[in-house]
Amino acid sequence: MAITIQEAIKKNILILDGAMGTMLQRYNFSEEDFRGERFKDFPHPLKGNNDLLSITQPQAIRDVHAAYYEAGADIVETNTFSGTTIGMADYFLEDLVYELNYESAKLAREVANEFTAKNPDKPRFVAGSIGPTNRTASMSPDVNDPGYRAVTFDDLRIAYKQQVEALMDGGSDLLLVETIFDTLNAKAALFAIEEVKEERNIDIPIMVSGTITDASGRTLSGQTVEAFLISVSHIPLLSVGFNCALGADLLKPYLKTLSQHTQFNISAHPNAGLPNAFGQYDETPEEMQVLIKEYLDDNLINIIGGCCGTTPDHIRLIAEIAKDYKPRVAPVLA
Amino acid sequence: MAENRRDLVLAGLEPLIITPTSVFVNIGERTNVTGSRKFLRLIKEEKYDEALDIARQQVEGGAQIIDINMDEGMLDGVQAMTKFLNLIASEPDISRVPIMIDSSKWEIIEAGLKVVQGKSVVNSISLKEGEEAFIHHAKLIKRYGAAAIIMAFDEVGQADNFERRVEICQRSYDILVDKVGFPPQDIIFDLNIFPVATGMEEHRLNALDFFRGTKWVRENLPHAHISGGVSNVSFSFRGNDHVREAMHSVFLYHAIQNGMTMGIVNPEMLSIYDDIPKDLLEHVEDVILNRRDDATERLLDFAENVKGEVKSDEKAIQEWRLGTVQERITHSLVKGIDAFIEIDVEEARLAAVKPIEVIEINLMTGMNVVGDLFGSGKMFLPQVVKSARVMKKAVAYLLPFIDAQKRPPAPEGGVKTSQHWETANPINYGLLKQFSLDMRNKPTETEKILWDQLSGKQLEGYKFRRQHIIGDYIADFVCLKERIIIEVDGLIHQLPENVASDLERTKWLNEQGFQVLRFTNTEVLTGLEKVLATIKDALEAPPSGAGGAGKILIATVKGDVHDIGKNIVSVVLACNNYEIVDLGVMVPPEKIIAAAIEHNVDIIGLSGLITPSLDEMVYLAKELDKQGIKIPIMIGGATTSRAHTAVKIAPQYRETVIHVNDASRAVTVAGKLLDHNRKIYASDIRAEYDAFRETFLNRSRDKNFLTIEQARKNKLQLDWDEYTPTKPKFIGKQIIEVDLDVLVPYIDWTPFFRTWELFGKYPAILTDEVVGEQATSVFADAQAMLKVILAEKKLSAKGIYGIFPANQIDDDDIELRDENGKVLEKFLTLRQQSQKTKGAPNIALSDFILPKDSGITDYIGAFCVTTGFGVDEWAAEFEKDLDDYNSIMVKALADRFAEAFAEYLHEKVRQEFWGYDAEESLSTEDLIEENYKGIRPAPGYPACPDHLEKPTIWKLLNVADEIGVTLTESMAMWPASSVSGYYFGNPKSKYFGLGKIKEDQVVDYAKRRNVSTEYASKWLNPNIAD
Repeated sequence: MAITIQEAIKKNILILDGAMGTMLQRYNFSEEDFRGERFKDFPHPLKGNNDLLSITQPQAIRDVHAAYYEAGADIVETNTFSGTTIGMADYFLEDLVYELNYESAKLAREVANEFTAKNPDKPRFVAGSIGPTNRTASMSPDVNDPGYRAVTFDDLRIAYKQQVEALMDGGSDLLLVETIFDTLNAKAALFAIEEVKEERNIDIPIMVSGTITDASGRTLSGQTVEAFLISVSHIPLLSVGFNCALGADLLKPYLKTLSQHTQFNISAHPNAGLPNAFGQYDETPEEMQVLIKEYLDDNLINIIGGCCGTTPDHIRLIAEIAKDYKPRVAPVLA
Repeated sequence: MAENRRDLVLAGLEPLIITPTSVFVNIGERTNVTGSRKFLRLIKEEKYDEALDIARQQVEGGAQIIDINMDEGMLDGVQAMTKFLNLIASEPDISRVPIMIDSSKWEIIEAGLKVVQGKSVVNSISLKEGEEAFIHHAKLIKRYGAAAIIMAFDEVGQADNFERRVEICQRSYDILVDKVGFPPQDIIFDLNIFPVATGMEEHRLNALDFFRGTKWVRENLPHAHISGGVSNVSFSFRGNDHVREAMHSVFLYHAIQNGMTMGIVNPEMLSIYDDIPKDLLEHVEDVILNRRDDATERLLDFAENVKGEVKSDEKAIQEWRLGTVQERITHSLVKGIDAFIEIDVEEARLAAVKPIEVIEINLMTGMNVVGDLFGSGKMFLPQVVKSARVMKKAVAYLLPFIDAQKRPPAPEGGVKTSQHWETANPINYGLLKQFSLDMRNKPTETEKILWDQLSGKQLEGYKFRRQHIIGDYIADFVCLKERIIIEVDGLIHQLPENVASDLERTKWLNEQGFQVLRFTNTEVLTGLEKVLATIKDALEAPPSGAGGAGKILIATVKGDVHDIGKNIVSVVLACNNYEIVDLGVMVPPEKIIAAAIEHNVDIIGLSGLITPSLDEMVYLAKELDKQGIKIPIMIGGATTSRAHTAVKIAPQYRETVIHVNDASRAVTVAGKLLDHNRKIYASDIRAEYDAFRETFLNRSRDKNFLTIEQARKNKLQLDWDEYTPTKPKFIGKQIIEVDLDVLVPYIDWTPFFRTWELFGKYPAILTDEVVGEQATSVFADAQAMLKVILAEKKLSAKGIYGIFPANQIDDDDIELRDENGKVLEKFLTLRQQSQKTKGAPNIALSDFILPKDSGITDYIGAFCVTTGFGVDEWAAEFEKDLDDYNSIMVKALADRFAEAFAEYLHEKVRQEFWGYDAEESLSTEDLIEENYKGIRPAPGYPACPDHLEKPTIWKLLNVADEIGVTLTESMAMWPASSVSGYYFGNPKSKYFGLGKIKEDQVVDYAKRRNVSTEYASKWLNPNIAD
């Protein structure tokens, strides 16, 4: 019987992969590469649609997953951050959403199975990545019309449901609702997941990861860490945590707050520092390792990985240090 | 127990964590349309900024949760909830606290849940509609991530004692925790707070049972919380805030001791427990805790004393009687007291040079105070109407004295018309005429210069005449319409005797309502520009009716008989110095136009209650425009709206058209229409309505419509196998007359208060913090009149109903037959055509009747009841006594009786005459909530807006001959206090709104009704989609 993630997380701090986008940039794919054979006559530009590479450049995606597993990751995220009808609308590829998610999950699944087969004691997991979409349900894009919304809960719920079904069909072990800058978007995703769970009468672990945008300590939609936590805790979660926007050092106080108030496991996948003037991240793997060690010394972490700017080298050093520590034990709450 | 208790955690932008040691959580309740008249008005008028201010004030005032409720018939609750919560989300200083989404309608709750990012509280769900709906809703609430208030209510009813509270809470809790997996800490029970000290034996335990219930829940249902609306408990002491505040405080003190954690409390109606005087505390606790048999009586006695300063009426009277005569007159007007007004007015008259001064100075000073208080929301409509009554009495007292004053030699009615010869004194006319002709032919140099500017309507279109005879005088120039006289003085006027006679002449002209402008030759010769500017200013200055503010024509349009609202507006305007020309009800357009010209009015006010009146108003606007009339129109009445006014009426008329939705705004609007900035105001209104029309037409929200065939395919398919029609005990038609006493318990008082522009539900309105006092007072007056009505049999209740075999034919029609199968009539129903969400049908009333092809006979009823005979006569008597207050009161009560009669007859039909629900037993509240089986929709209302169904009912029941109620050309019932409709007995039948229909259904309908499409379109117009 295979080890489940619920069992694995009790024993060890689990390692999540690093950035997908950063790795893909290294390939310097051209418009033609993005299109591949299948979309060579597609009437709209497709360059920049990283999710599409799961179909047009599957080997590159496979290689990135393999590089992270190789570096010690227990969990990789599917290449589906923008894989909803809402995200794909920018590329006129709404019809491709199911296939995109399904194929992405399948790719990651295959790589994971190879690694698990090589070392059954370290089972590898696939997290279906569910991004925030490029619209917000709690805020108006029009400053002159604060009551207006570019997307509704139901729009999001329907879009997410389709993504969730495809990710599960493709073989995801768990779902990762991430980079949440508007909690209402996340609630729609969680609602959709619950619907699928009920319809299929199955359970699937869920990771939820919010984004604190700046030193205000709030999400983009204005919630404090605690309010965010309260607003997503109605669903049983494998973990709750933060990713993106900040480096490991700036994220730490918010992780602490989170850790004090929840019995869910805690995850973090910070950026490799803050971007420099050219939009690049230059925190080295060694520098990041020092910061992550502080998390571990404070016993804050159950799942750790990296977001923007992190590479397999970062993950390798993080995995090396994390294996010396015990996973966080949740506080006893009232 | 406490240490293991799980926290209830909620969140807006910031967390709210309710721990066992938390202090009582106060829920803000002013953002509730059912509880706050002001908030309702702001939402209806889409004044969201001000509505948000109310929310903000509550949060700033310490509310830890804010309750939002949009349950009002006239609102699209889903849209209002969504819009307002979206706006709140954009205000971090409000959205930092959690939201309580408050509605009795699930779709509104769900709409709210879809727009809050935090963890909110749903208020409320219960077992009222059975376990299945309860589970379904609870599951969704959990999935949306909210806590929920659970009302102690089940299929049987509301829990009103300890045992029932225990029973319902235990059952609700078990279902929630075991079947739904609802987190127990997210369950908040509302155990129903009922009043104590009502004098009824069974209410004595109300508070104690609540405490016991609270304690029981906290001890037996782990982690659950308790909430409730506290002010209910002191209901029987309304009007005595001192005692009420103490009761709230005592109740809360004990409720919290027993484990109540949150609640809706008005912080201003709460005393500090420790500050309550010992004796009061003892008496209140005796009642709350039911410690003595005579606790209620003792508290009542004690309360009389506590009222103290309020109580000693005599002392208070003595005090205000010590003021100056002006202070006393103002006091009487503001308080609506008529006992002393004649004495005071007489005193003022003796002190005045002329009796008219008492009106112009003393009474107007008082009425200005009334106007200011009303304008700033410190007085309410019933008070203003009472003030008007005092004013009228004062004026009536003064009139004989004013008439007795030697009047100047003015021809009768002289200044009222625009015919120049009528303004002249007929005795001297020949002489004067010759003189004026002479002067006209020999103008002075300056007169010539000025006439060059004024003749031929050169000055802003105003018509001037020169050397015009008025009374015994000849005016140099006059604009009769604006009653402005211009005199150019040569040197001769500088002689003392001439100055004196000029003064006399000016005085006389002023008394005739003319304004006299005097210019010297030099002014005209050297500063013509300035002279013309002065004339122009005077021309455009506020016009002056008899009251001084302006003259307003007011009428209920053709075909409509309703006039309560119109009368209220008249009274309020008259109070504010406007002269009112009231043409009454059912006024044809020609008459309105003729009267407007004849009386030279400044504003035309149009009123209407039924939908065909809307078209009348459009027609009238067109006619006024065609005739080049330039008088602003104010539109008001129940079916009118800003939308209809802006979209349909305003485009028809070049002058200003403005919708005024309540009497309180009428004064402000009329003032703005006439003051010196009126041109700016008019163009503002025009721009506002243009913009509104634009957005309105654009927003049509992309509604999709089905064709009528598609809609019929998607009709409501009831499971006819489940339904066996109950054969009525009686078939045919029957007249019914009942004693009014019988109807009293059936009266729904809430709309009565709405008539007086007091908003809120009865009985809670009596204790409302803003309007409670007024509501209580007007209610007391209503009760007094009710007694007279019953004792003297002033009104009579007469009705007719019929029940007939019937079946649905051709999808949308209902065929009625007699017992022998002979076809009597056909009811034509209209079908919803807007695209529905999946699974929802497009309903028509016919769907509730068995189709004919089933071969089974179904039944339908129809009725008309009235309590309106004698009302107009009685109201006229009051009007003759200058008592508009009671005139309006009679009509308002008659309307309530008619509705009560309809309710009563419906019950009789359900239980006896038809007898399809013989087992039913319902309280008045149940009736108002329409908790009965079957429906009684009325033509002209949302389910069947087609007024042309009324003639069918009239023919079927022979209504006009049998009970005397007739239909006007607009299908309004006369007398106005009448109700008619159909009876549907199918338990699955329900009220719904037709909404908009498309042209294809109109064409189809016209064919079925055998009328032209144009005719059908005219009648169905308000429901035809643009």
